[in-house]
Amino acid sequence: MSDDNTTPKKKQVTVRQLRERRTILRSIGAGGVVVGAALLGFFPVVKHWMARLRPPGALEENKFLASCIKCGQCVQVCPVEAIKLGDLDEGFGVGVPFIDARTQACDFSCDAVQCVLACPTGSLSHDVDVKEQVHMGVARLSRPNACLARLGKGFKGTARGDDFPGLHRYSEVDRWNPIPIRDHPYDLEQCDLCVRECPIKGAIAIEPLKDDPTGLKGTPVVFEKCVGCGMCEMICPVEPAAIVIDKRKHWENV
Amino acid sequence: MSMLTSIAEMLGRTPGKKPNDSAYSDGARKLHENKRSVAGKKERVAAIKAERDLSPSHKWRNRRWASIIIVNALFVLSYSWDIQLIEGSLSASRVIGFHFADLNAALQVMLAFKDILINLVIGTATVLLLWWILGGRTFCSWVCPYHLLSELAEKIHLRLASMKLVRDLPMHRGMRTVLYVIFAGLAFGTGYTVFEAISPVGILSRAMVYGPGLAIIWVVVLLLFEVFFTRRAWCRYMCPIGLTYGMVGITSPVHVTYNLEKCLHEGDCRAICLVPHVLEVTKKGFALTEDVALGADCTRCGMCVDICPTDSLTFDVKGLNKLL
Repeated sequence: MSDDNTTPKKKQVTVRQLRERRTILRSIGAGGVVVGAALLGFFPVVKHWMARLRPPGALEENKFLASCIKCGQCVQVCPVEAIKLGDLDEGFGVGVPFIDARTQACDFSCDAVQCVLACPTGSLSHDVDVKEQVHMGVARLSRPNACLARLGKGFKGTARGDDFPGLHRYSEVDRWNPIPIRDHPYDLEQCDLCVRECPIKGAIAIEPLKDDPTGLKGTPVVFEKCVGCGMCEMICPVEPAAIVIDKRKHWENV
Repeated sequence: MSMLTSIAEMLGRTPGKKPNDSAYSDGARKLHENKRSVAGKKERVAAIKAERDLSPSHKWRNRRWASIIIVNALFVLSYSWDIQLIEGSLSASRVIGFHFADLNAALQVMLAFKDILINLVIGTATVLLLWWILGGRTFCSWVCPYHLLSELAEKIHLRLASMKLVRDLPMHRGMRTVLYVIFAGLAFGTGYTVFEAISPVGILSRAMVYGPGLAIIWVVVLLLFEVFFTRRAWCRYMCPIGLTYGMVGITSPVHVTYNLEKCLHEGDCRAICLVPHVLEVTKKGFALTEDVALGADCTRCGMCVDICPTDSLTFDVKGLNKLL
């Protein structure tokens, strides 16, 4: 134990020095909070809290998040307004475009992948020229037991109800402009909406079920040409949809 | 002021003490001596007293607010009314078809993605040239929507401070440089545009054009912090975007110029300025020459031009004055 008298006297700190010290500490604290707040954005991304269907031409997810400048020009050019921007709960996905196919799918109404052309950073890859080159995901019959085609049922009425705001371009109605799906009622003996409204030729077909004596039952079969645009998921009349998009999946891994 | 001093002070160096007598130009020395003379003291005091009756002009502030509102409204209307003048948001846009990219957002993307598309280069170069001509941080005070909200928060802060309800807790300006390096490093290291997740400029611009979301909460938090704790905390001590545009403005022809002869050193300008360290020259005995262009960190907002009772601070365009 040392004697109190021998301990070196504490250096006198002036009020000014004290104030400066506090300023520095406060700055470090506030700066730390800002960096910390930004880094919170890691969680939703790394933990994959939200798997998102990205617009046509989107690069691989990490590259996509890196290259997107979050300007929303793709949102502005989409004729069916399918593209939305991510919010705070998506971390580094804030301001990054995605598509909620069930609410409004991309049906390539624009013909020329307008969102890709609008993208200023190549985040939506400019290598994509036509819709057939797109890889957003792959459609999958997730609830086969609910599928009207498999049940041998027809479909009559508006596909998603009379209040559904979703748009789709029906070439036979209007070659250039998409119209609300609720304005286009169907009367089908066998439901084949997912095949009928699919914008990609040869991506999906109804194949008859073998063990069906009536010959009315069929099942939707997805082929390699599927680009994952989500049109089938949007138009599927059962709730929830019997067919969904496996986001960002490639055909090889199905 | 030398360019190096201007850069160092923008990066966070505290402005130096009063210069030695030998540093003055002959003209400046004479003026400083006159200002110290006993003979003219009565007139100087009388002149300062007379200023009390002057009501400050808001010419530049009004123009500036109009500019912020018009530019941001053009973004909003281009989409909502489909007039297609400025498509996109402040982070990147097409102005009548030409690519524009925010310099800081473009930098973050380039660092994170490490692969640069020609469109982005064109957009960045265009904006670089534009803001170099217009004065660098002119972007902050004439376009940035957060700046306007922050000015309102500042008004509330100052009102509360005058009622002794809050006290400005200053920070070190060097923090902005540190944050700049950290965010640039994070973008390069992680491959994510980390800063964009919290950039109030991007968040506000997207909220206006595409509709607000949860991200607005972050902007509100920043504004509340500025009201109750630190005056203009984000713009003064933190925003890397400000530093990016500040660097663009180092050699810009547009700036505010200080005239030593007219100045009575009331200090009104420093009291209202967002970046008062650029107005250090207005202190008595600090100006080395008769006319001094303010440093790179100046946002060219014109608040000091408005409030200056003696017209010692004016907007100036280098080269243009010689032509005229």
